[in-house]
Amino acid sequence: MVDLSVSLAGVTLKNPIIPASGTFGYGREFAEIYDLNILGSFSWKGTTRDPRPGNSQPRIAETAAGMLNAVGLQNPGMEAVLREEVPNIAKLFRGPVIANVCGFSLEEYAENCARLNDAEQVRILEVNISCPNVHAGGKNFGSDPQSAAAVTRAVRAAAKKPVFMKLSPNVTDIAEIAKACEAEGADGLCLINTLLGMRIDLNTRRPLLANRTGGLSGPAVFPVAVRMVWDVYEAVGEKIPIIGCGGVSSAEDAAEMMLAGASAVEVGAASLRDPWACKKIIEDLPAVCERLGVSKISELTGGAHHGA
Amino acid sequence: MRQCTFILERRRVKQLTHDTWELVLMALNSQDAAAVNAPGQFVNIALPGKFLRRPISVCDWGKYHLTLLVKEAGEGTKELVRLPPETELDVLAGLGNGFDFAPETMGPAPVLVGGGIGIAPLYGLAKRMLENGQSPRAVLGFRSKADSFYLEEFTALGLPLTVATEDGSLGTKGFVTDVLKELPDCYVLACGPTPMLKAVHGLPNVTGGQFSFEARMACGFGACVGCTIQMADGPKRVCKDGPVFRKEEILW
Ligand SMILES: Cc1cc2nc3c(=O)[nH]c(=O)nc-3n(C[C@H](O)[C@H](O)[C@H](O)COP(=O)(O)OP(=O)(O)OC[C@H]3O[C@@H](n4cnc5c(N)ncnc54)[C@H](O)[C@@H]3O)c2cc1C
Ligand SMILES: Cc1cc2nc3c(=O)[nH]c(=O)nc-3n(C[C@H](O)[C@H](O)[C@H](O)COP(=O)(O)O)c2cc1C
Ligand code: FES
Repeated sequence: MVDLSVSLAGVTLKNPIIPASGTFGYGREFAEIYDLNILGSFSWKGTTRDPRPGNSQPRIAETAAGMLNAVGLQNPGMEAVLREEVPNIAKLFRGPVIANVCGFSLEEYAENCARLNDAEQVRILEVNISCPNVHAGGKNFGSDPQSAAAVTRAVRAAAKKPVFMKLSPNVTDIAEIAKACEAEGADGLCLINTLLGMRIDLNTRRPLLANRTGGLSGPAVFPVAVRMVWDVYEAVGEKIPIIGCGGVSSAEDAAEMMLAGASAVEVGAASLRDPWACKKIIEDLPAVCERLGVSKISELTGGAHHGA
Repeated sequence: MRQCTFILERRRVKQLTHDTWELVLMALNSQDAAAVNAPGQFVNIALPGKFLRRPISVCDWGKYHLTLLVKEAGEGTKELVRLPPETELDVLAGLGNGFDFAPETMGPAPVLVGGGIGIAPLYGLAKRMLENGQSPRAVLGFRSKADSFYLEEFTALGLPLTVATEDGSLGTKGFVTDVLKELPDCYVLACGPTPMLKAVHGLPNVTGGQFSFEARMACGFGACVGCTIQMADGPKRVCKDGPVFRKEEILW
């Protein structure tokens, strides 16, 4: 028997597989597809203080081995999530839940995190810093170490739960951002979010997405994610755990992400093409561990950094 | 929703116009075709080498088969209609709400209004309404006679059919709205390009109806909110809350 359990800042997951934020809603749709209790955890849709209708259509474009999305953080707002989704999640899933939160100001980040203090099933806060700062001309919080540190400080002061900062890959040196978050007390990191991209329609000669740009995800981004997890593990891997995310679509990909330094693995776009992707990955993990000669999957974390 | 395997029967792939095809998919087991439970639902088809599935309306279905009408729009649909014989397709079936054709919803004289490839789900709808003892009529629009298809099939169902073409090469010259506006007050069941839906929705004699929408989709089963449009009572997912929406809830 392979032990698939992993630990993230003191929270035990029965396996390392976590559906990624924005590809799993608040669990309702996937609960019709498989029993959510097979999952280690899941990360719910990025939630803001106020309800957001999201961007205009079209919001989705296909790319080679992936997709662009410009959903625009559509969500029902924290109030509705606490009232309607949190009690419903308790009926669908018994494990620990990861709450993905966003904000457009430091105050909003802090407030959103504080409001989750009493939500028992939420065991980890995943703070998406790929959001525009309305007080800084719309510059992303995740785009420089100072503002990433400022968000970390604000949420760390407000939250009673482990805080994982979700890093943007649209930066020159992601390790610098990781260090800044760790220094301000981040309990862990999650990476990567989507890579900024765009497509142009040859017929109309206009951008395909109404929002002009969108976030790239899917198998196309996997090597980028592995490299960034590697870099961040080198920088802070001894101090805090990393959730690896980006392009994972098989148990082998998950193992590779763990060897690069991830303690757990999020799966996003893969579930949109194949709704049973997470289930299949979990089922395949024991055999992959056996092939790699480990009896505890957690032994894979950072494995590629050590030895010959 | 159900994940199904269908065999694309090559000898039953039929070219209808220069860019539109009829495909018959055979189910490997009876539960697969039974995943479809209302006209107006769609399937989402995985294609080799394409990351996202392609949503296609169910035109008709039986115990062991699905009939789809596919218009070549881009690479994916071009590939789909040219797949090698007996290709196995990975299909998510039973997606979307479909049309509600209960007689009490629509009164005695419902009109099916289709434009171009949008006529596909109306065929299965017409068939089931007729089986149900209802008496729909159909108004179908195409660009020209050469672009028209499935008219014999609709006629064979035995319902009153009016055709409009933009260039007048077949039936009434003009749009479906040119035919519709001459009719008494009516309830419509419509599917076609957005400008057509909007024009039909705006006709004063269209007193009620259901309109089937399209949107670019990632999942097709409600999880990603990629396909959301704004409706009178808030954001709605075309794939899960639709694709069919009632006249009253639609905002343009
Ligand atoms: C609910 C629904 C039912 C549909 N029913 C039919 C049908 O019965 N017959 C038919 O021929 N077509 C139908 N379509 C449209 C069909 O899905 C697109 O023509 C097809 O996805 C285009 O793919 P492509 O690779 O050929 O084109 P490309 O333009 O190369 O596709 C690129 C991407 O854009 C998406 N896309 C492109 N056009 C559309 C579109 N109009 N709607 C949604 N996504 C699009 C594709 O899925 C793909 O992800 C339907 C669409 C929806 C949403
Ligand atoms: C449709 C869609 C919506 C997303 N929404 C969010 C979100 O609300 N918050 C967030 O932190 N990440 C969001 N993401 C990013 C994913 O969680 C993930 O970081 C990214 O897609 C890379 O992983 P993947 O390649 O496995 O999809 C979204 C991704 C997709 C495809
Ligand atoms: S396409 Fe994902 S919610 Fe509709």
